[in-house]
Amino acid sequence: MNLRRREVVKALLERRGELLVVAGLGSSAWDCAAAGDDPLTFPLWGAMGAACPVGLGLALAQPSRRVLVVTGDGEMLMGLGSLATIGARRPDNLAIVVLDNERYGETGMQQTHTAHGVDLAAVAAACGFAEARIVRKSAQIALVRAGIHGERGPLFYQVKVKAEHLPLVLPPRDGAWLKHRFRHALLGEKATS
Amino acid sequence: MPAKQRVAANDWPREIHRVLRANAVRQVSYVPDAGHARLIELCQSDRGMAAVVLTTEEEGIGLAAGAWLGGERSVLLMQSSGVGNCVNTMTLATHCGIPLLMLVTMRGEWGEFNPWQVPMGQSSQAALALSGARTFRLERPEEAAATVEAAARLAYNANAVAAVLIAQRMIGTKTFEDKR
Repeated sequence: MNLRRREVVKALLERRGELLVVAGLGSSAWDCAAAGDDPLTFPLWGAMGAACPVGLGLALAQPSRRVLVVTGDGEMLMGLGSLATIGARRPDNLAIVVLDNERYGETGMQQTHTAHGVDLAAVAAACGFAEARIVRKSAQIALVRAGIHGERGPLFYQVKVKAEHLPLVLPPRDGAWLKHRFRHALLGEKATS
Repeated sequence: MPAKQRVAANDWPREIHRVLRANAVRQVSYVPDAGHARLIELCQSDRGMAAVVLTTEEEGIGLAAGAWLGGERSVLLMQSSGVGNCVNTMTLATHCGIPLLMLVTMRGEWGEFNPWQVPMGQSSQAALALSGARTFRLERPEEAAATVEAAARLAYNANAVAAVLIAQRMIGTKTFEDKR
């Protein structure tokens, strides 16, 4: 696994345009912060397993915007059923990128289920995602980027990344503030009306 | 009882649906319960609402957070056995100040036939309160609209978590003898 998570996320989020981003707790949120803190990125610091449901609610509320969930394999596994929930609704503006290092990165790098062969992309495919694939090569990142910015969803990309310890780059952690910031950036005056 | 109140008493799910519409609720998530069957049908056939079937109740809290980030209101329907599934995820609503309205049909409290429903049914209200929700008991069909309206205002106007517990006595008790 040669792909490096920080480089993958940076490539996906640069020139992001109107993309709305939900980041799952832990390393994925730090990766998004490292790519550049943005009012239209909502990082989770808790509620493990909730990243995809948050993305679904946002995608349903904002059908004209593209929504991206960036999360890790451990976080995805805790909310695996949410792939079925998304599959039942099939929002065409939602993409999920799982940065799969096959480890619980924040708790000592213990192996997750994906280290033992569990295939998340196959689960997403079985749940009816329009596209679900495992990504291993840097040459494929352009395809992922094209998908999340414009292809008909729901899309699922399980990006196999190197298990590595990286410097912490933390986003703001006050959830109420993050919520207000996101809503103001997205909704303007309506956020407080 | 005046005629209008009698209608309300007979069709309290329609009253709740009316209140949800009046509060501009757009996303209705649920893990089904027999007591919610009619309300779910009403929401599914409402073109102004997106009905989202969940695999487990805590997904509905994430959904409500995403909906609110995107400018929409959401409600979560479940039975009391689902309350325990929600405990950690409620952090998302309580810490971030996400409006969250939960309508919980009660099991395990009134003539329950299934003993496995009793422990969670008995602890649902306390578990919700411990997790930061304001709880409302709904005991009488004719109070459905007013109670849900009160909880909806608390949720959507005060960015609070509000749960209406709909009494098992009001819904009717399920038995093994029920015919499909």
